[in-house]
Amino acid sequence: MSADTTSTAIGPVEGGAHYDVDNPAPYIEAPRKRTGKTPRATRGNFEMAAWLFMRLSGVVLVVLVLGHLLIQLFLDGGVSKIGFAFVAGRWASPFWQVWDLLMLWLAMLHGANGLRTVINDYAERANTRLWLKGLLYTATVFTILLGTLVIFTFDPNIR
Amino acid sequence: MATPVLDKVEAESAASPYITVTMRIRRFNPEVSDASVWEDFQIEIDPKERVLDALHKIKWDVDGTLTFRRSCAHGICGSDAMRINGKNRLACKTLIKDINPEKPITVEAIKGLTVLKDLVVDMEPFFQAYRDVMPFLVTKGNEPTRERLQSAEDRERFDDTTKCILCAACTSSCPVFWNDGQYFGPAAIVNAHRFIFDSRDEAGEQRLEILNDKDGVWRCRTTFNCTDACPRGIEVTKAIQEVKRALITRRF
Repeated sequence: MSADTTSTAIGPVEGGAHYDVDNPAPYIEAPRKRTGKTPRATRGNFEMAAWLFMRLSGVVLVVLVLGHLLIQLFLDGGVSKIGFAFVAGRWASPFWQVWDLLMLWLAMLHGANGLRTVINDYAERANTRLWLKGLLYTATVFTILLGTLVIFTFDPNIR
Repeated sequence: MATPVLDKVEAESAASPYITVTMRIRRFNPEVSDASVWEDFQIEIDPKERVLDALHKIKWDVDGTLTFRRSCAHGICGSDAMRINGKNRLACKTLIKDINPEKPITVEAIKGLTVLKDLVVDMEPFFQAYRDVMPFLVTKGNEPTRERLQSAEDRERFDDTTKCILCAACTSSCPVFWNDGQYFGPAAIVNAHRFIFDSRDEAGEQRLEILNDKDGVWRCRTTFNCTDACPRGIEVTKAIQEVKRALITRRF
């Protein structure tokens, strides 16, 4: 090493992990290597359908959500008008029932699919991935079912 | 008449093109340590020279253990893609003067692939993805006795993606590839694109099916890192989007 090299030349590491014959470095399996554990190629269109769904539902949601916000927060006195009577009045019409149902399903599936890709991209271990996705799917199914049940079985005369 | 000569020599040395540059290189030697270390080298170099010349200077004159790949040294073979000042580039196409030589120039191995030593990475996963998309001409029927003719327009369709030199600058700049390395990566998709849109090729359907997979084109998040990184100026993200469009329009 010549004189014009500054500092930190690599030398033996003191006290650090030092691999040798008796203490070999951990073997790291190369990605994309064909092993017994490599899953078979999936010849389905699920990923394409999911990708397409994100685009299409996004476009529809822009209309649905902006319309929803406009009606709930700005028109006719804004947020102060919202009460049991207001919701009951709206859900008397099949149009708003369909609007809210569509918004519920599209928003939940859109968000769940987005989180699914985030988990796929960021969760490193297979177990973490499994649990996070399990939690995500449970929450999604619960919310969708509960919301659908409320929209269809809503009773304005409830006491 | 000694004095004028002396003056001339002095004037020449004052106008020397050489400047002192700090090269901060990420060193890794698995036989010494399992951790990588940043090491500074100060070298005299003409700012019009390339980062590869600086690496050569270090390897030949300062520290012979510095390890990196390079073959043609003129931007064709694609061996010396590395992360220079945090951006994937070819060391042989990056001039010192273009990357602010006043500050230390950081050089490290490309990300997402296993580092073997210093700037050398294991390219096997990258080439496995490349092999998986069948980057060769597939045709049926009898072989013609002369070359397979193609119109200029048909050739133009995939002209951009024929420029790929497989340097891995795009794939190793892709955040989806960094995650688990299972994504095919931009380079493999670019090379699939080159044959999918070739009018002479007959296995486009098969290649589309391969890229329709879980780790295929649908994992692309269009972050444009690949387009920014490509030293050949290929519009990589556009090529990936064209493959996506082909997959969708073929079914609907």
